Amino acid sequence: MASSETALAAGQRARGLAPFLRSQMRNIAPFLTLIFLSGFFALASPSFATLDNLGNILTQVSVTGIIAVGLTFVILCAEIDLSIASIANVTGIAVAYFTLQDSYVNIANIPLPGAVAILLSILLCALLGLVNALGLTVIGIPSFIMTLAMMQIAAGVSALLVRGQIAYKVPSLITTLGSGSIGGIPWLVIVAAIMLLGGHLVLTYTRFGRYVYMVGGNREAAEYSGLNVKLILGAVMVISAVCSGIGGMLGVAHFGSAQQNEFDTYLLDSIAAVVVGGTSLFGGRGGIGNTIVGLFVLGVLNNGLDHVNIDSFLKILIRGLILLAALVINVYAQRLREKAAE
Amino acid sequence: MREDRSPILELQGITKSFGGVEALRGVDFALHAGEIHGLVGENGAGKSTLMKIIAGVHTEFSGRFLIDGQETHFRSARDAHAAGIAMVHQELSVAPDLTVAENVFLGNQPTNALGLVQWRRMAREAGEQLARLGLDVDPMSRLGDLSIGLQQLIEIARVLFSGARIVILDEPTSALSPPEVERLFATLRRLREEGTAIVFISHFIEDILRVSDTVTVFRNGRKVAETASAATNKGALIEAMIGRGGEALEHSYSDDLMLPTPSNSPVVLKVDQLSLARSLKDVSFEARAGEVLGIYGFMGCGQQELSRILFGKLKPDAGTLAVEGTPKTFASTAAARRAGVALVPESRRDMLFHQEPVYKNISISILDRISSLLLKPAQERDIAKRQVEQLQIRPPVVGLDLGMLSGGNQQKVALAKWLTYPPKLLVLCEPTRGMDVGAKNDVINIVRDLRAKGLAIIVLSTEPETVLSLADRILVLKRGALVREFRNEPVSKDRLLEAA
Repeated sequence: MASSETALAAGQRARGLAPFLRSQMRNIAPFLTLIFLSGFFALASPSFATLDNLGNILTQVSVTGIIAVGLTFVILCAEIDLSIASIANVTGIAVAYFTLQDSYVNIANIPLPGAVAILLSILLCALLGLVNALGLTVIGIPSFIMTLAMMQIAAGVSALLVRGQIAYKVPSLITTLGSGSIGGIPWLVIVAAIMLLGGHLVLTYTRFGRYVYMVGGNREAAEYSGLNVKLILGAVMVISAVCSGIGGMLGVAHFGSAQQNEFDTYLLDSIAAVVVGGTSLFGGRGGIGNTIVGLFVLGVLNNGLDHVNIDSFLKILIRGLILLAALVINVYAQRLREKAAE
Repeated sequence: MREDRSPILELQGITKSFGGVEALRGVDFALHAGEIHGLVGENGAGKSTLMKIIAGVHTEFSGRFLIDGQETHFRSARDAHAAGIAMVHQELSVAPDLTVAENVFLGNQPTNALGLVQWRRMAREAGEQLARLGLDVDPMSRLGDLSIGLQQLIEIARVLFSGARIVILDEPTSALSPPEVERLFATLRRLREEGTAIVFISHFIEDILRVSDTVTVFRNGRKVAETASAATNKGALIEAMIGRGGEALEHSYSDDLMLPTPSNSPVVLKVDQLSLARSLKDVSFEARAGEVLGIYGFMGCGQQELSRILFGKLKPDAGTLAVEGTPKTFASTAAARRAGVALVPESRRDMLFHQEPVYKNISISILDRISSLLLKPAQERDIAKRQVEQLQIRPPVVGLDLGMLSGGNQQKVALAKWLTYPPKLLVLCEPTRGMDVGAKNDVINIVRDLRAKGLAIIVLSTEPETVLSLADRILVLKRGALVREFRNEPVSKDRLLEAA
């Protein structure tokens, strides 16, 4: 049996390299993009392809990476979370709000021990994620709209907490993880790597991870298989919010301040990282591996454009065009795969 | 009266095949102005194919097609529409979020010189037209707020009053209540007086006999009878539909089949007074261990809804379910699964993951039994291999994407996912639809094995053969209500059709 299986599996592949490549396009295209961009910038600027700069890129994508872990779960389920940046922002502000600030900071905050502050902040983002989850599953609001509302709600809570001021102090653990380093490697990069690895392990090796892929692959079939689809969708919304919250807290330490609208660019960056990496917007295909490639594509692009002396206003447009190209590939890859399956 | 007029539509020797399979073989058909022409035949007999040729949906066929004596060839449904032919399909095609008036005038709204919609005129005219159907509906209300029966009547109204000379109605009465059927028939008769030609397709033979002037019977792609309605009866039509003398290769189930004495084994499922909107009315029955309960009925009789309620996908408006004596209200399909209920729906697409390998499809419903946190892929594959062997799924490769398997083998995978830890109650919807004879027999044998193991099995089907080949006891569901139970007595295809 085993040998006939390998033979058949080989046969499936041997039907031609072209169909195989086509079915793998969502994994190959982002990788080629990454190689192309790296090659281009390495040739265009001598300061790009250095070890120092690699460190820069890693640090630059870390906060996005932490947020993108949770978002990958959500997109694999064919849902979306637009509240990630706002939740990151409010969690970062909350952890500062619960920390004793210097006397010149004019915020009516509630200083608490560091561990309590961190715990409360994580509780806050989990709670906001739970509201997303309930809106999506119990009430039945599409995630696009539900998280759009949450984006505003979280921004509102942020505004009420800081009232236009800026806070600087966060618990020492957060300061270390966000801006410290060990043996020359920033803790932020290590945390991001650990979270990405954790996300990958959960998605690949646990029952819950399988459920996420199955719900994303065919929600109707998942329900007819007796899975609790609402519970799984709710869980991914909470996971997304908690990842965002952690990204937010470390981000605040990394930037050195907590203030309103600090994370606005992270919404687009995180979605772009997941989608550029090749995770299907229709759910069920992709994973953390794709997200990592996507993060590097974005990181290399953002960093490389700084090295090649380009109009900084043009950068925004270029990023938009790259995202559009990735979306086109994403949708085509799905179609090609469906054709290959027929 | 109509004999002295030539037909407005005439088809001669129509043959149509789909990929080598002949759906129509040399069919002649004539339709006269001022005539209601009933069409009957089993699923797949060719009625719908013929109507789709008339409505310009199928454009490739051989044979002559004449309108008013002129040879014609439609290239699209638009051509047919321009020639005054309109069809109401079995599935509702309305815009639920638009008003009743907009639906009546869909694509044909009255506009003024500037191209703006004349709302007042549209509402007034829609109201007048609906009044002719005996419908007292506010034309400005939202269509989706009305009952399904009313929505269907409004769709029919749109077609009837579109000025078409030839109107084709495919199963128009399946969602209608008796008074609504009466109103529809009254309108059809009025249109007949005005000279419209109407084709009326229905499984409800009583309806056909009541309203039509002529009845044509189809069987296996041929026209086997055409008579005046007054000169025939239900029994004769059913006989013509299913034929006698073993024409088909398979068991034709035209002879009486003796159902066994009902078993006294424990009751696994007890359903009491189940009701759901317009789909189900006071449905009560029991299913016992080691028994296959067949539920037969026409398309739209409420079977689908019933199966979904049993599996926790739909919530009934009233009534109770009890599994092994414990009352249950399933909050989700997961709750139903945990209570020991399994469902294989009629559509494989709804049940399987086509882009995932076979073993993941088989293990999905039992993952919580083999792993609490971490997956055990080796064990999953072993379980899948056992099922693949037992059910003779081809090719026997559990790593292959499900989409690469044939339909019959996919159906077996859909069964296999429930069999490693057998449920208490297995609900099968159309378990053999669209399968070849060999695969059908395989499925029948699997179901009999499961019965022998003591499962309670419910088979729901719109095909009498499926129910007859599997069931120990048969319930007939008609317009949402159970109307007949066959137990410990002879049963045959015509007896089933008669009851439905």
